[in-house]
Amino acid sequence: MEESLNKVAANPKSLKYCFDFHQLMEQYDIIMVYAGEFSQTLTKTLLSFTERKFNVEKIEDTVRRKIYNIMVEMLQNISKNALDNAHVVTRNSPVFMIGENDSSYFLISSNKIGNENIPTLKSRIDEVNLLDAEGLKQLYKEVRISGTFSKVGGAGIGVIDMARKSENKLVYDFSPLNDQFSMFSLFIKISRNIDVPQEN
Amino acid sequence: MLNDLNIVGTEDTPGIKFDRQKNVFELVGRSLPEDVVSFYKPVIEWLGELAKTPVANLEFSFKLDYFNTASSKLILDILLEVNDIFNEGTPMKVKWYFLKMDRDLEEAGEEFSELVEIPFELIGY
Repeated sequence: MEESLNKVAANPKSLKYCFDFHQLMEQYDIIMVYAGEFSQTLTKTLLSFTERKFNVEKIEDTVRRKIYNIMVEMLQNISKNALDNAHVVTRNSPVFMIGENDSSYFLISSNKIGNENIPTLKSRIDEVNLLDAEGLKQLYKEVRISGTFSKVGGAGIGVIDMARKSENKLVYDFSPLNDQFSMFSLFIKISRNIDVPQEN
Repeated sequence: MLNDLNIVGTEDTPGIKFDRQKNVFELVGRSLPEDVVSFYKPVIEWLGELAKTPVANLEFSFKLDYFNTASSKLILDILLEVNDIFNEGTPMKVKWYFLKMDRDLEEAGEEFSELVEIPFELIGY
């Protein structure tokens, strides 16, 4: 990459290369990407950026709220679980992305996880994905009251909350980096058209 | 006499105020702090004082836009403290405000109301 950008400096004709990346984003319906250090400050910054962007778009308020809520949960999970020294940006830094198409919004994150934490996290997400709205509500209540599921590093009550709010299955992947670590990717879809609450 | 409490809201923390004149204790805004325990400590301490010198007909008013799951635990802690004081004989009530289209926030209020005995009003606006 560094080599390529240096080439552009030497040969402006290949500036087009910089925009190939943007073209790729458009192809993938990605409207925002951030990679680097994650922290509470970053969470506030990205939230503020997203609010400013979405507050002027034609989105149902309830969908907007879901995006903000889930996004904060994802960003704070990454900051909390950041395995690297916050000031050292390594090759496999965490990534956060927002995608958008005609029917849905997508919140996508990727961050390093210790391999020993994978089985717990995987089983919690799988468990949550088996439940319907009512089931998730019950599980959330149980966990809220009993305080289990609360270990940092594993999936906390946040996973249940994100599944409830997104109203879609959580999609995930673990990609091994080495003996100790993998990249955990999470993909959360929020439909643009949520049923408007009916008067009961 | 119960101390004043007035915490100004920020981008990621709610405004929290005990209004002595109106007899209202209110939380307004967003609750997204990283360290919820340390943020809500003054509130928990204030509630400890309230337990010793209860104020009749105090209204707890929640006007939150959004809150992270860590905050929901503290909100529950606050409600349970208040509930204990109510159960010991001091009349009080809770008002949970939500934007009508925000089903998630309404549901959160409903769920909290099911966990306490204190009169709990859900107000959509």
